Amino acid sequence: MSERNFICVACPMGCELHVALDEKGGVAAVTGNNCKRGVAYAQAETTHPTRSFHSTVRVEGGNAPLVSVKSRAPVPKAMLMDCAKATRAAKAKAPIAIGDVLLADVCGTGIDLIATNRVS
Amino acid sequence: MAENYELIVVGGGPAGMAAALEAEKDGVTKILLLERAETLGGILEQCIHTGFGLHYFGEELSGPEYADRFIVPTEQSSAIEVKLDTMVLEVTPGENAHQVLAINKTDGLLELNARAVILAMGCRERPRGALNIAGTRPAGVLSAGTAQKYVNMDGYLPGKEVVILGSGDIGLIMARRMTFEGAHVKMVCELMPYSSGLTRNIVQCLDDFDIPLKRSCTVVAIHGTERLEGVTIAKVDKNRRPVPGTEAFVPCDLLLLSVGLIPENELTRGAGIEIDPVTAGACVSQDRETKIPGVFACGNVLHVHDLVDYVTMESQLAGAGAAAYIQDRADKNPDYVGTHGKNGVRYVVPQRVNKHVTENVKLYFRVGQVYKNAVARLRAGETVLTQRKRARLAPGEMEDLTVTPEQLSLLPEGAELTIEVAEGK
Repeated sequence: MSERNFICVACPMGCELHVALDEKGGVAAVTGNNCKRGVAYAQAETTHPTRSFHSTVRVEGGNAPLVSVKSRAPVPKAMLMDCAKATRAAKAKAPIAIGDVLLADVCGTGIDLIATNRVS
Repeated sequence: MAENYELIVVGGGPAGMAAALEAEKDGVTKILLLERAETLGGILEQCIHTGFGLHYFGEELSGPEYADRFIVPTEQSSAIEVKLDTMVLEVTPGENAHQVLAINKTDGLLELNARAVILAMGCRERPRGALNIAGTRPAGVLSAGTAQKYVNMDGYLPGKEVVILGSGDIGLIMARRMTFEGAHVKMVCELMPYSSGLTRNIVQCLDDFDIPLKRSCTVVAIHGTERLEGVTIAKVDKNRRPVPGTEAFVPCDLLLLSVGLIPENELTRGAGIEIDPVTAGACVSQDRETKIPGVFACGNVLHVHDLVDYVTMESQLAGAGAAAYIQDRADKNPDYVGTHGKNGVRYVVPQRVNKHVTENVKLYFRVGQVYKNAVARLRAGETVLTQRKRARLAPGEMEDLTVTPEQLSLLPEGAELTIEVAEGK
């Protein structure tokens, strides 16, 4: 049985979690947590770690050269760098409102990148 | 001729906007908000990462989105007049009104008067000059916030091989940001044996990208003539002195400094307002009123916050306090008790609390080092008023303890409130 260690970021406490894995790579036991959220975090972090993604997209014809964007929901952690690359190549046209979809289904994650600022 | 306002707010970032909006909510109708930049929002505009608003809005927003929640009502308000691109030169306290001297391109010199003034100028980064790093002065040495502006607002990538000195939150955030933009972040060096950044940021900005965090390590020399060619790093001992023989050369074309923030208090000092040497901000009451009646301070100009949510809440106190002052509802004969940090608590804000308050007062404090299984206690002399157990206390995370009106009213003459930390086994 193998194990993994990581720091829980469910709250600022930063518990050092020790996760014992079963044969299938699932979570067998979690120790080091101070609350239930640690177990949920360990479960997610072990089986399908996700992160919110945020970057900027080039804007054509606007009052700013860039607009900030974020993923509408967290993307798989393993896809972060692919999302970053796709976002670097993307372009958007002004005007842009907060919440506008600038990159739909980024890198096949099923998650949209939306604008987080206004450009006129 | 001087123009008159009920309230002038200096600074249009999250602090200034929250304070102005709160004053309006409490019935102040003639408010002027002065902002140096060309847009409202302050530093939030360049903080494109998410994580803002978890406490205040209960959702995870980016900086511009958080700012927008205040920009829209500020722009729509009939009570708040906004002047952008306007620099405040001087605040001169007066008996019945305070004078504010400001300048901009359209109005020229502005002589303004207000019953109350709220100082919300924010903070700036400690520069290279404050560090005394030896070596040359090449291009490619920037504060992390400057790089953040280049990357997030202007669309420039200021370097490709990056070393970051200082593991404060801006440095950590920029490590991830530069990585997303295709740069290679080689390491983050931290002088202290611990990081002052939020744990969440260490995990999600460094660990996720295998960027090493070198604790007890600093940059001792900068190399390069025109452009930065590399830095020499060295380990430091427990007195933060470089250890001879541990030096190593690291080639890089960009050095980012994330080595602390300084409240921008030139106007405050110019107005003769007493400054707390630890926070480097004004000494204030529970309403965030400085020692000068009718002059308030809130946000990062008062003390550097780690979360904007707390800036908003603090600024609402200042806005409400200014409204009460303007409307003559403020306590004319306050009986103040001082607050102090002891045994590991670096500072407490507010520095004084009126015993006559009718609502709970939150005392915010910061510790000087990392504590495990610690207890934070609020005491008046030998009496423990309240205490809270914490599995972890860190300098990077502001904490608070609450004192009630009843506790305050029962304090003996000459009592002081102290907050201290005791570490468990």
